[in-house]
Amino acid sequence: MDYNVIIENLPLYLSGLWVTIQLVVIALVAGFGIAVPLALMAVSKKTLLRYPAKAYIYFFRGTPLLVQMFLLYHGMGQFEAIRESMLWIVFKEAYWCAITAFALNTAAYTAEILRGAIEQTSFGEIEAANASGMSKSTLYRRIILPGSFRRALPAYGNEVIFMLHGSALAGVITINDLFGAAKRVNSRYFVPFESFITAGFFYLCCTFCIIWFFKWVEKHWYVHLRPRSS
Amino acid sequence: MFDLHGYFPMILEGMLLTVEVALLSLLIAIILGLIGALAKLSKSRIARNVATLYTTLIRGVPDLVLMTLIFFGGQIMVNNIGDYFGWDYIDISPFVAGTLTIGFIFGAYMTETFRGGILAVSSGEIEAAHAFGMSKWKVFVRITFPLMVRHALPGFSNNWMVLAKTTALVSVIGLHDMVYNAGVAGGSTRQPFTFYLVVALIFLCITGLSDLGLQWANRRFSVGVRKV
Repeated sequence: MDYNVIIENLPLYLSGLWVTIQLVVIALVAGFGIAVPLALMAVSKKTLLRYPAKAYIYFFRGTPLLVQMFLLYHGMGQFEAIRESMLWIVFKEAYWCAITAFALNTAAYTAEILRGAIEQTSFGEIEAANASGMSKSTLYRRIILPGSFRRALPAYGNEVIFMLHGSALAGVITINDLFGAAKRVNSRYFVPFESFITAGFFYLCCTFCIIWFFKWVEKHWYVHLRPRSS
Repeated sequence: MFDLHGYFPMILEGMLLTVEVALLSLLIAIILGLIGALAKLSKSRIARNVATLYTTLIRGVPDLVLMTLIFFGGQIMVNNIGDYFGWDYIDISPFVAGTLTIGFIFGAYMTETFRGGILAVSSGEIEAAHAFGMSKWKVFVRITFPLMVRHALPGFSNNWMVLAKTTALVSVIGLHDMVYNAGVAGGSTRQPFTFYLVVALIFLCITGLSDLGLQWANRRFSVGVRKV
């Protein structure tokens, strides 16, 4: 074990960590933005809204993230129309391809989690809201969505961890994230143990931070479920 | 539907390899998961701690990092051990590395699933088995395991679906699976989108078919359970 190489290359790892954090945060925010309307579509009674959402969720949950990323990164160049349109600015860059793939992927998983949570809303709450004369949009905004976010929280925490782990795939398409940094150090000095264990250590730290963060949020959001302190 | 320029057999070959990797690593994962679950529930503190360390570490690190670590690092480690004992140079193939890693990773997830399943078996059943004078092993084989399956099945199905999709990663360490072959075919025909889409659809078929199979198993193992 030669850890001098790692110490020398620590800046590379830290910049990789920063790229990983960017990828994960942007993808999660964008993915959540897509997931909420998608989940609402998936619980809708209108077939025309429900089926497209269900098909989207089925496709993105049923295929590997790697293939989805390759479809965007390698696949988009196949179409003349895309290469000549504004979209090419996005799909030309590995960085934006990765973020788009991650966002679309996490959107499907998050939508499925939210769908489950929305369907679990107790009917009494909806009846009470109707009785108070709330409109449909107010009902969703004030009653169904806040309660669903709370119920979805533990599962969403897992999804965030999966996204962090999935983001390592960005290293495959030439992005210098944490995994990309480990790959570079390994190919330059041929130290597979040291380089990948260091990356694994950083990922482990990130995972623990996420777990700890969600524990903290749960403590606030689940206050009403805790036994009363005497 | 798709013009594959005669590359379809190559994709199918890759598919066979993908399924092979998936099934073999599932076998490893089940064995490791059972050992892990029993270790987590055992009275020995060392066994419990080792199992906890295993599941925490594996579930905290991305599968891709573990796979490259075992593929590149395992090569060196095996040969260092080999040098010590005077073996010949041993080449770890991407197939072995990929299968072992995926099995090893999902062993950790299976551990949690099986542990939950075993805990859900009512203690009365196990006490009754002990009262009949069954040995520990017999209790496990005849009582705990068959009863556990029903509780573990939903989690097991979920793990299998994720595992099947994770096999796509073996293309990164150079195994000529479906994804890798699609890349080759897509590169030479300049139609990568078409080939990756075909691969995505095959994955959908695999997950869809296993979903049907697992639903059938679920019904079979829950025969005696009344539903609300």
